[in-house]
Formats: sequence, C-alpha cells, structure tokens
Amino acid sequence: MQETFDFLSFSDPNVRLVVLGTMILGASSALVGAFAFLRKRALVGDAIAHAILPGVCLSFMISGSKNPFLLILGAFMSGWLGLLLIDAIQRTTKLKSDAAIGIILSVFFGLGILLLTGIQHNGNAAQAGLDKFLFGQAAAMSRLDIYVFAGIGLLLMIVILTFYKAFKLVSFNPDYAKVIGLPVKGLEILLSTLTVLAVAVGIQAVGVVLMAALLITPASGARFWTDKLGLMIFIATVFGAISAFLGSYVSYVAPSMPTGPWVVMFLSIITVASIWFAPKRGLSYRLKTQRANKRKILIENILKVFYHLGEKSEDFEKGRNIEQLMKSRGMREEEWNGGLKRLLRKNLVRRKADRWIITQQGLIEAQRIVRLHRLWEMYLNQRLKLEPDHVHNDAEAIEHIITPELEKQLEKELDHPIRDPHKSKIPYAN
Amino acid sequence: MDAFWIILTGTLIACSCALVGCFLVLRKMAMVGDAISHAVLPGIVLAYLVSGSRGSLPMLIGAACLGILTTVLIELFYKKAKLQIDASIGITFTWLFAIGVILISVFAEQIDLDQDCVLYGEIAYVPLDLWLTSTGLNLGPQAVWIGGGMLLFILLFIRIGYKGLFITSFNEDFAKALGIGVAFWHYALMGSVSITTVISFESVGAILVVAFLVVPASAAYLLTHDLKKMLLISCAIAVLSALGGYYLAAWINGSIAGAMATVCGLLFLFAWAFSGLKSRKNVKLMINSTR
Repeated sequence: MQETFDFLSFSDPNVRLVVLGTMILGASSALVGAFAFLRKRALVGDAIAHAILPGVCLSFMISGSKNPFLLILGAFMSGWLGLLLIDAIQRTTKLKSDAAIGIILSVFFGLGILLLTGIQHNGNAAQAGLDKFLFGQAAAMSRLDIYVFAGIGLLLMIVILTFYKAFKLVSFNPDYAKVIGLPVKGLEILLSTLTVLAVAVGIQAVGVVLMAALLITPASGARFWTDKLGLMIFIATVFGAISAFLGSYVSYVAPSMPTGPWVVMFLSIITVASIWFAPKRGLSYRLKTQRANKRKILIENILKVFYHLGEKSEDFEKGRNIEQLMKSRGMREEEWNGGLKRLLRKNLVRRKADRWIITQQGLIEAQRIVRLHRLWEMYLNQRLKLEPDHVHNDAEAIEHIITPELEKQLEKELDHPIRDPHKSKIPYAN
Repeated sequence: MDAFWIILTGTLIACSCALVGCFLVLRKMAMVGDAISHAVLPGIVLAYLVSGSRGSLPMLIGAACLGILTTVLIELFYKKAKLQIDASIGITFTWLFAIGVILISVFAEQIDLDQDCVLYGEIAYVPLDLWLTSTGLNLGPQAVWIGGGMLLFILLFIRIGYKGLFITSFNEDFAKALGIGVAFWHYALMGSVSITTVISFESVGAILVVAFLVVPASAAYLLTHDLKKMLLISCAIAVLSALGGYYLAAWINGSIAGAMATVCGLLFLFAWAFSGLKSRKNVKLMINSTR
C-alpha cells in the first residue's frame, strides 16, 4: 500500500522521470504505429525492431561508449537498412512479404546476438547494460537516456501532428494523394523514418521482441471503437500511455518484475477487451447479432412452411405433425424443435397433441414473409427482366431483410400485383 | 569432440526446421512460424512448473498446445473479429511471449530458464548434458538424440503426408475439390512447427528458430521450381549454416546460434544474387530469341 502511495504521489523524482519517459515512449510508439497499422505494415515494425540490434552493437564497437545519441544513430541506420532490404527482396524475387520480413528479422537479429555476445565475452567493462536492448528495462534508464528518448518521442508527435492530413491521405489512398500533387514517395519515406525512430527509442522500454506490440496493439484496439482516424489515433495514444504507466507501476511495486512485458500485458488486455466488448464492431456484439439474425431467419422459414402447406390444402388452420413439416423443408431436426419452441413462446403457433397449428397472429406474420418473397420475385422479373425460374433463391435471402418502408415502395412500383411470376397469389393483409 | 556434438545438434535442428519451413514459405505463412516460435514460451514455462523438471514430454505437450492456441487466436482475431492479418499475428505472439517472460520472472526460483536463453539458446552447453544409461554407458549428448528423433519424425511426416501437404500448399481449392482435408493438413503442419520449435528452443532460442524456419527454405525457393529439390537444397543450406556458424562463432567468440543465423543470411544473399543473375540471363535470352 505504501508503495502504491509512493508511486502515485510521484514524490521520488527518479520515479517521476522514469514513468514520464516510459509514458512518452508508449504514447509516441502508439501514435506512429497507428499509421503502420493502417498501411498494413504492422509486422514490418517487428522486423525493424530486430534489425536494430546489430546497429547498436556496431555503434558501440566503433565508438566504445554508450552515448544514447550514437546508439540511436547506429540503431537508426541498421533499422533503415533492414527496411530497404525487405522492400528489395519483395521487388526482385518471387518471395512474398512474410518471407522477406522473416528473413531480415531473424538474420539481422542473429548477427546482432553474435556481435553482442562477442562484445560481452571479450571483456569490455563498458558494455554492461547493452543487453537491455533485448528485453528493455525502463527503470534502468539514465537521466540523459530519458531526456534523449523523451525528446525524440515528443519530436515524433510534433511531426505527425504537423503532417497529419498528408499522412492520412497517403495511408488511405496513395493514388489520390499522388494525383493531387502530394510528394507521396517523400511522405512514405518520412513515415518509415518515424517508424524506425520510434522503434529505436521504444526498444528501451520493452525490448526487441515486444516492440512490435507497442506499435500495433494500441492501434488495433483503438480501431474497434471508432471509424474516425483522428479519434482512433487519440485512443491508441491514450492506450499506449496508460499501459506504460501501469507497467511502470508494477515494476516499481515488485522490482523483480520486468517493465516491458507488463506494459505489453496491459496493452494486450486492453486491446483484447476492446476486440471483445467494443460496441458495433466488437466480437461479442457481432456474434450476438449473428445469432439473433439466424434465429429470426429460422422461425420465419418455419412460418413459411405452414403457409405453403396451408395454401396447398387450402386450409391454414389444419394441424401438422413434425414429419409432415420436415418433409417440406430440409432442415435438421434440432432446428425444427428449437424453432417451433420459439414460435410457441411467441404465440405464433400452438400445439395440440403431436400436431402444430399456426395461430392467427402467426398467419399474419407468415403472410408478410411470403408477400415480401413474392413481391421481390415480381420485382426481379419485371424490372430486371430475370426469368421466373431465376428469382427464387434471391428472394429467399432478401425476404428476411426488407423493411416495411421498402415493402410499401415495392408495392407502389409494381402497382399492387396480384400474382407472382410463378402465378401464386400474393397475400396482402386484408 | 565438443565441436562435433555441437555441429551435429545444430545440423539436426536446422534440417528439421528447414524442412517444415519449406511448406511455411510456400503457404506464405512464414510469419505464423515466427509467431508460434515466440508463443510457445508460456507453454514451456507452464510445463516446467507443472512437471517440476525439464522433461521433454511435458514441454512438448505444453508447447504443442500453445502452438495450436496461437493459430486459433490468430484465426479468431482475423476471421471472426475482422482484424487485419498482420495485426492479428502481431498481437497474438507478443501477448503470449510477454506472458511467458512474466511467468519466468514470477517463478524465477523454481525455473531454471533465463531470459537470454529464451532468445538465443545455449547450444554451447549441449555436450555437457550427456545421456548416461543405468549401467554407466555414455551414449553422447541428449540433445543429439532428441534432435535426431525430431528429424526422423519430420522426415516421416513429410514422407507420409507428402501428397496432402503438396496439394494443400499449392492449390487449396483444388485440394478441397479432391476432398482432401485442408484444415487437417493446416493443423498438422502447425503442430509439427510447434514441436520443431520447442525442441529447437533450448538449443537455439526463439528467434533463431525463425532463421532456420524461414531462411534456408526461402533461399532454396529462389533456386528451384521443384518441391523435392527445394526440400533437399534447404537441408544443404541448413547443414552449411550449422557448420559455418560454429567456426564463425569460435572465431568471434560469440553466440553459436547467432553465428549460425548469420551464415544462413549470407547463404541467402548468395542464392539471391545467383537467382538475380539467372533471371537476367533468361531475360537476355528471351530478348535475343525474339530478335
């Protein structure tokens, strides 16, 4: 409890700095990542994160110091090289983007590990801490590190906000952007540069493997809440910052806990929750509407069976047993049972011993569906000049969707037809 | 003798990975292999916690479960939630990997797995872990036996399933029309990727498994149009990488697994240059013949 209080009060200037630095890293990565996400280049970010390692090691081997500027410069250069090679492999060979990304990611990382272990084994005392690039340890950042990274993070945000409109166009419609005279190539290079920079600094917080999450995960989660780009980017940035805050909190309270994985953990939880719960686009909402639609279609189809049987025997009130019903429409037995039970509950059919009888209310509903079906067949036949034997399947699908307004319009367009193309009578209410 | 055992282990692992990797590359699923190789981590840790030892069987089961879970999660995000495929892959494997690292930190006392080992393995210690029978007979390092068993398993899998794998990799619709279980071969392949990954994990680490899965297969793909030749060439490249990697590592005094991946990359570079020259020659030939 005491620790929570200490953490939240920000009384320790060191904590204040680390938390703020991590939050800026999380937010700026999310911001840049949103564009990578929209351009479907999420995994390229992963490759860049791995490709950075040899650059860091080489820059240390050449300069002999861990100056953050030099390390970032090395990281930046090898990240860009990786990016160029991915494009070159895709352009000049038959390999696709997945293989190109996999090759660059693993080979550059292997080379980085080779150099890193080489440096470590060769007993250079100054190297201690280079391996934090692997897993990231925000709490181990020095004051200078934090100033540099936070400065770059802020710079990234400013650049993105300045070129916001242009980036938006390039991400959604590069052809159009070219036509109206935007320097598309230049803007793409700028966006890639920002991505490489964001990765180079973000790695400090979460490490090589999890860097991809800092870019992709917030944007993916935000996408489920809105269709507006500005709002989506804002939400992604907030997700990034909140997760960074929570991750630093955990590793402050339990010092043996690594910051990076916890940041990613919180990010993933937020995003998976968004994927599941978000209104309209979320999975649970979608599954629910899917199920509801399926049920609606099922009972409407059953009502239609009653109507057709009644029409044939000219007796709508007659009871039918389950075998008779099943013979007229190929559906599984449990579908019949479930659908009939539902109809019973809605008072659209009633039951007499083993026979099912459609109620007055059910008959009205059945008439409505058959009417929509036949009106649509009529429409296809008259307006689209389709042959009468080509219209049934289409009507079978659309009868469940047509709204009362559309129904009225159809009736008016077709001037209240009496019979459908198959010469069956169209049932009107009264 | 140590050098021999290390190179042999590396070769066995690299060949197994390269063989299943060929099918991943052909199916354009290289990044799914990458995702699985990261995502098996929590499975390994949990198996470790449950069984209390580094026994191979619990780890295999744990990793295979996680491998399947990974593909299921990716499909769920992609097909059901309509999230784009690259983001679905990215979210899934980073999340599972993060869970794995957190589990390692939480149970640090019980688990003898450190974070570095997770990333780049410890193939250098392979010769130390010998398989001694109860009579004291020294049968050589355990890793060699396990790696050999894995290669045998993969060879058998490809031998038996060649037709199914072949058709589903090249033409899914045709396979469906023939009544071949596309989903079955998909999950069978993913299962073998998980098994290969987890066995290789201890020796070469998560990311270098990816190198062996993707790079030899891609290089071989550039050099031939024939699947059987592609499988052979990828194995040859895998063997060369293991061999060259060992001596490169000895020279630099660095990680053997890292060096093996580096050599792999160099060999890919050669294959790339060679295929580029060949296609240029072909273009010239075509131009000449049209004249």
